[in-house]
Amino acid sequence: MGQINKNDLVKIEDGVRFIPGASALVGPLNKIINWGRAGSIWPVTFGLACCAIEMMVAGASTNDLDRFGIIFRASPRQADCLILAGTITKKMAPVIRRVYDQMPEPRYVLAMGSCACSGGLFDTYAVVQGGDEFLPVDVYIPGCPPRPEALLQGLIKLQEKINGEQGRWSQMA
Amino acid sequence: MESNGIVEKLREKFPDEVLADYQHLGQNCVLIRRDHILDVCRYLRDECSMNHLMCLCGVDNSTRTSTVDSFSERFEVVYQLYSIATKQMIRLRTQVPEDDCSIESITSLWIGADWLERECFDLMGIHFDGHPDLRRILTPDDWEGHPLRKEYPLRGDREWIGYEELKAKSKELSKFDFHSRDHEKGEHE
Repeated sequence: MGQINKNDLVKIEDGVRFIPGASALVGPLNKIINWGRAGSIWPVTFGLACCAIEMMVAGASTNDLDRFGIIFRASPRQADCLILAGTITKKMAPVIRRVYDQMPEPRYVLAMGSCACSGGLFDTYAVVQGGDEFLPVDVYIPGCPPRPEALLQGLIKLQEKINGEQGRWSQMA
Repeated sequence: MESNGIVEKLREKFPDEVLADYQHLGQNCVLIRRDHILDVCRYLRDECSMNHLMCLCGVDNSTRTSTVDSFSERFEVVYQLYSIATKQMIRLRTQVPEDDCSIESITSLWIGADWLERECFDLMGIHFDGHPDLRRILTPDDWEGHPLRKEYPLRGDREWIGYEELKAKSKELSKFDFHSRDHEKGEHE
């Protein structure tokens, strides 16, 4: 009991230490929050076109997104990631925006596949030329459709991005 | 596939309505006048057991170069009927002029024609008289123009107003987003 010796702390990674027997972590708040967020990306169950089939495969047992803490949530209120999986038609765009607006911060957007990145081969009157026209996209995953491995890499890129964030706790006025 | 005498029966019953008939790849097709399409369809359904409407679509012939068909008007509505009992199929083609772009609705015979006719109206601009609810079905309600008409440009002739509103709204809402402090530094320094 009493004083904690610095040498008793177990170093988990740079700047983050674990106090044995106390179930406590010591480290910068940014790191701990980012660690928690990056390890529990919960995408909303939401597909737009054929990429959604590939997204389902990525979630199934072979690739198993669960091992990254990625669990699909059926409500935008419980989710913090929106995967734009498929062609975004202009008629669908307001609906997607509403789903995004219902998600609590912090929230992230992945554009999965050529269509969600740029409209893809559908350079037509009915298709949005890239999800970034009305949403802040964090990660772009190319492919038509991207293989599940590519989606996994996109999600790992998102984890890297989250781990590099500083003070994303409130609205910066 | 043999016509099982349906085309002959149709010619006998409606000598003035049937303009021509032909077979292509074993498929029977009948060219008929549009004025009594409802009567022709009712006869086929009730007397010839063509009880299933497989497909209904519009065609824009304005850039067609083939002169095989004796059709002169711009639009066509094509009905594909099938008999579940006898496994027969028949195709009906009717022409619709551009200046009077309408045809009788067959929703009173097949309720399933409802959405097919709405799609045809939405994309081709062909009106179906007697349709219970002739609204757009694929494009948004306030869309302008009929995209499958040949003169409609691929990328549209104007932006849909609803999409312009969405882009403005998303710009306005972006001020409520949480940003990383890194991001802010980058902007102000």
